[in-house]
Amino acid sequence: MSNLSETAEKVAQGPTLNVAPSPHVADTSFTTRRMMTDVLIGLTPLVAMSVFMFRWLAVQQIAVCVVACLASEAVFVSMRGKKITLNDCSAAVTGLILALSLPATAPWYVGCLASVVAMGIGKIIFGGLGMNIFNPAMVGRAFVMIAFASLMGAGAYENPASAIDAISQATPLTALKGSGISTSIFNLFFGFTNGSLGETSALAALIGGIFLCIRRTASWEIPVGVIACVALLAGLADLSAGANGHLLLHHLFGGALLFGAFFIATDPVSSPLTPRGKFIFGAGVGAFIMIIRLFSGYPEGVMFAILLMNAVTPLINRWTIPRPMGDA
Amino acid sequence: MERLEIMGIFGSKEFPGTGSFPHGIHPPGNKFYSAGAQVEVITVPDKVVLPLLQHIGAPCEPVVKPRQTVACGEMVGEGQAFVSASLHTPVAGKVKKIGVVTLPNGRHLPAIEIKTEGEQQPCNELWEEMTSTDWSLSTIPDYSPDEIARLIHAAGIVGLGGAAFPTHVKVMPNDKRLIDSLLVNGCECEPYLTCDYRLMKEAPHAIVAGALLAGRAVSAKEIFICIEDNKPEAIEALELATRNTVVQVAVVRTKYPQGSEKQLVKAVLNLDVPLGGLPSDVGVALSNVGTMAAVARAVIKKGPLTHRIVSVTGGGIVTPKNIFTPIGISMGELIDFCGGLTEDAARIIAGGPMMGFAFSDLTTPVTKGTSGITILTHAETASGEETACVRCGRCVEACPMNLVPTRLAMAARYKNTALARQYNINACFECGSCTYVCPANIKLVQLIRTGKAQVAAAMKR
Repeated sequence: MSNLSETAEKVAQGPTLNVAPSPHVADTSFTTRRMMTDVLIGLTPLVAMSVFMFRWLAVQQIAVCVVACLASEAVFVSMRGKKITLNDCSAAVTGLILALSLPATAPWYVGCLASVVAMGIGKIIFGGLGMNIFNPAMVGRAFVMIAFASLMGAGAYENPASAIDAISQATPLTALKGSGISTSIFNLFFGFTNGSLGETSALAALIGGIFLCIRRTASWEIPVGVIACVALLAGLADLSAGANGHLLLHHLFGGALLFGAFFIATDPVSSPLTPRGKFIFGAGVGAFIMIIRLFSGYPEGVMFAILLMNAVTPLINRWTIPRPMGDA
Repeated sequence: MERLEIMGIFGSKEFPGTGSFPHGIHPPGNKFYSAGAQVEVITVPDKVVLPLLQHIGAPCEPVVKPRQTVACGEMVGEGQAFVSASLHTPVAGKVKKIGVVTLPNGRHLPAIEIKTEGEQQPCNELWEEMTSTDWSLSTIPDYSPDEIARLIHAAGIVGLGGAAFPTHVKVMPNDKRLIDSLLVNGCECEPYLTCDYRLMKEAPHAIVAGALLAGRAVSAKEIFICIEDNKPEAIEALELATRNTVVQVAVVRTKYPQGSEKQLVKAVLNLDVPLGGLPSDVGVALSNVGTMAAVARAVIKKGPLTHRIVSVTGGGIVTPKNIFTPIGISMGELIDFCGGLTEDAARIIAGGPMMGFAFSDLTTPVTKGTSGITILTHAETASGEETACVRCGRCVEACPMNLVPTRLAMAARYKNTALARQYNINACFECGSCTYVCPANIKLVQLIRTGKAQVAAAMKR
């Protein structure tokens, strides 16, 4: 009995004992912040490749977008009277993805404005992290693509006077669409071509993307859906154009397809919740990409495809409510 | 080496299921604290406090008065309703008063307090009886199913796994719902807890005898004792004890919540318990290994349920132990028996960390459903600030019922009962897997509980 009161006394004194509802333990190894830093780590091969290809232009673009995104998140969040949450790293992810989706030659104010729109209209206006319908980076990019059509269009990528080799040529998809010139698959795969900063190297996107899927930060169902659908439709296009497999590989490795499939479409906020929904989402992105690439005036369609499917996400969530275990 | 043997056992499985169920999580087991601690017997306490409701169902009625003397094992509360269980005193002594007590689950209940007096039956005698290998299995056919059910009822047995459902209701012979299989649940998937593990290792023969009796009561055609593959020594002990009997050992994957009844039925028998239904709807009866040992004692030795094993474990206790203890003893006495709390003890939980209830009143008595006391340190309970849901879907991947926890939590937050029902909120059995995995630290299962209450209130209206 005396022992009992001793422990009871200790409990009464100790301010450290607490009660709370179950569960009393949590997996602390995986947090929102960890997810975001995973994406930053996954993007490093793309960043490295972009710096290798576009040198100083890449460094500049990335710095502008990341800083502008962090600053605009801070400003907009405080305008809404909320606590600033830069430490979850989500604004840095948006900035980096946005930078990698822009052409190297886009002037600094393009990146800056794209960042402001991405954070302000793409994200904070909906209520901040987790509440946005559309991928913020793609909203920002869509805005500058229309506002600065000449600085962002296919022509913007070509600068024959540039000191950097890659920028003197058209992007592979523009060359294919406009002039029927196809780039060598070797160059396409390794990324020795022109294009947006992060889209040139299929290999870098695969390395970073597979890392994200293994970490389960990205859901593999989405890139698999995108790639499978693009492969199918590009395969059909290939068949109708002579079936040498070249066109198929061109569509798979060219443009922002792999970058978009692994890093942009997998944004958890604007993609569906269930595995089945994620696959449908991915397949939809793939289908829109191929429709735009094959039939529109644009050589590339990843951004529009993702934005379109973002809009369908709430519907996909509704269609794919899983059946609970034991439901007949 | 050991690992290979286990895989060998798993490879030779002879049950229709795959040994697993879809989804679920893998929290660190942390069984090492107490898994190696042989069951110790505590001395007879100075007093016991016996709450009149220690099970799911109706409370029992007191049949003793203050100042009345009672003998060991005498009935002090009678379960008169069908879903109710009687209560017996583990000590001899004098009834002091019928007071009230608040259990860790928040229920405020009348309780009989008995002060120990006179000659006692030492707890170690009971434990020796339990661990003996002589359970005369040959006499089992002499008991009729009705007699077994009657003796289980008389002994006041409830499920010892935690939910505490009166066992006689489960084994009552029923013409409408025929039982094909009896699953004896030895999974103990809650992290930290080891009371079932120690019982399987130290008293396998009692479990087998109880399983045969319960199987006979429900006329089961097959009996499986289900054990997770992280308990090789328990598997071995039961493989030996079940030799030459119809009882089979089913080794299942280590996963949380493998011990949940619907998930276990899926893993072992590959049957889906219908939504809102019971395992008996697909011809299955389930019961915990500790319950089976209690059944063996009730039928063969005619002893009531007065004692059980409680694991006292976690980083916050000086010496983690498994204790054979009288029901009604205070939690504080068990903690003292284990050397007390450590400096950094932060939370005391009745049960395991996934589904147990935190409490702070150490005079709280041990009840029939108390499987353990888990004492966590600050480091073990560490959980960060809640951040925004990024809809990553990890809760969807974790949910063993294939629900969408994030949607259910949102429905609860915005009091949208229609949305909650559309997403099948009532199928949630609150295992806590979603909260465990949530990277944003959102208290999903806690919100879902609120949502279930909202749905219930809306239905009533």
